[in-house]
Amino acid sequence: MNNSNTIVVSSNAHLSNHSAAHRMTAKQIAKLFYLETKFEWLKSIRNPAFALPATLFPAIFYLFFGVLMNQHNPQAATFLLCTYGTFGVIGPALFSFGAGLAVERGQGWLDIKDASPMPASAQVVSRLFVSMGFSIIVLVTLGLVAFGLADVSLSLGQVWLLSGILIIGGLPFCLLGLTLGLLLKAESAPAVVNVIYLPLSFLSGLWVPLSLLPSYLQSFAQFLPPYHLSQLALKVVGQDAGGSVVQHLLILVIFSILFFASAMLAIKKKTT
Amino acid sequence: MQYSTSAVSSYSSEASSKVITSLRGVHKRFNNKIALNNIDLDIHSAQVLAILGANGAGKTTLINILLGRLNADAGAVSVFGYPAGSLPARRQAGALLQIASLPETLKIKEHIALFRSYYPQPMAYENVIEYAGLQGMENRYSTKLSGGEKQRLLFALSICGNPKLLFLDEPSVGMDVQARKGLWQAILDLKAAGTGIVLTTHYLEEADSLADEIVLLNQGDIIQRGTTCQIKASASHTTIRFSAGNTVDDFNTDIAKRYQNIAGVEQVRISGKFIELFSRNANQTLAALLTLYADIQDLTVSSVGLEDAFIQLNENVNNQGEQ
Repeated sequence: MNNSNTIVVSSNAHLSNHSAAHRMTAKQIAKLFYLETKFEWLKSIRNPAFALPATLFPAIFYLFFGVLMNQHNPQAATFLLCTYGTFGVIGPALFSFGAGLAVERGQGWLDIKDASPMPASAQVVSRLFVSMGFSIIVLVTLGLVAFGLADVSLSLGQVWLLSGILIIGGLPFCLLGLTLGLLLKAESAPAVVNVIYLPLSFLSGLWVPLSLLPSYLQSFAQFLPPYHLSQLALKVVGQDAGGSVVQHLLILVIFSILFFASAMLAIKKKTT
Repeated sequence: MQYSTSAVSSYSSEASSKVITSLRGVHKRFNNKIALNNIDLDIHSAQVLAILGANGAGKTTLINILLGRLNADAGAVSVFGYPAGSLPARRQAGALLQIASLPETLKIKEHIALFRSYYPQPMAYENVIEYAGLQGMENRYSTKLSGGEKQRLLFALSICGNPKLLFLDEPSVGMDVQARKGLWQAILDLKAAGTGIVLTTHYLEEADSLADEIVLLNQGDIIQRGTTCQIKASASHTTIRFSAGNTVDDFNTDIAKRYQNIAGVEQVRISGKFIELFSRNANQTLAALLTLYADIQDLTVSSVGLEDAFIQLNENVNNQGEQ
């Protein structure tokens, strides 16, 4: 460690005019959010336990169920592209927020961030962008499999619309992840998130079309948010079950509000 | 490198120091257990305030209230004239807290770059590295750090904002001797530059070397405050230490009783194979002791150190509490 007396702290910084000492410029704030997002991204992408399953599982599942088992039926492959796309964007949202936040909370790392002047919103915004970044990777890998191996053909407009819906559609699941991240214990968080993520995906018809499931499970899917996101995606390719766009959107918004409220409650519980 | 005994330096810096943070009548209880009881405390710029106390004495609660991470049940807390935990307060302060580990997939330089961006007037990157003694380690991932290296990184993060107020909760845990002395020097340099520092530590030597003012907490009460010299003086005793043959296996209470009645003895403590007498009057006690037990060995007589003063003051309070 440094033993010398040579460091000169700019004593100006210490004694500078009082009023400006704690103001930050818009440029500084922008840089803060940029760096928070950049390092959140590096942190996630460098962590193979998170990055590999998040990016590769949807494409691998799709390869098995949408390509190999489906024997050159482009219509089914297109259907499954939409549902595995939904499955793929929910994963990073739940894991980055849910498991990632819970682990860092358990380490005590969030205590340090709490005590620092980092705005709480930076924590949320950075993870939101990271989830979206992973969503894009998931969609690109799915697209490569779909167009390269499964003879799926979509117009450019459909590709953009589908991608847009799925990337923005990850938001409610980010909020659900946020709640889980604030409530779960670090040791159990990844397991609990999986226990929610995988059955939720199956029951919403993301792995196997709902029409192949028993009818009581089919009606149960109406209550699950991933089902409604997948229906919006399927509408783009004309294979949805016929519900109205407004209804699906409304249900996703209601779930978002519920998850947001529960996240705020979890934050409040933490500070008292 | 030097770290003077601080009693002298405390008053040399007093002239230029002003109160930057204060607590008045602060109460905090958890489930009917009092954590802090009517605490009044001022933190001065350019001074090191050490908060000492056993585990559960209220140190961490006190720091969390100063950081605004806990709300006091009653009383007023002002940090630079702002509420504790408010943005202006946090932007002028830094904190090293005890944590288990850091996110593992970021490099040291990346952690520092991020924390520097949180503050309006961050400390120059090179200065942060130098203060914390992290030269040559900037590209290492935080997963591969030893306990002492982790503390150095946490110290670096705590000073990224050029803090006017710095909280250091057990900063030197896990550090080797050299790293600890480097940390001490960095603390003294920051203090010289005007930073007010609040230090909690289990190493009384650390408090002795660094602190201008010491506050002793016991079960939520401040039981003593003053300079290191004043604290030592308030336990104005001489320690007489010796071993007395094979008495180790005897019942401790018997030994204590045997020596309790010797003239001048305030307190008897058994410490390993040694017996320690705290005496008000060393001459009297020694004369009586040697008359009664001529066979004692390894006799040393010393004035009270900070550690003894600390233990004794705590015991006095606890005994009063029991009566």
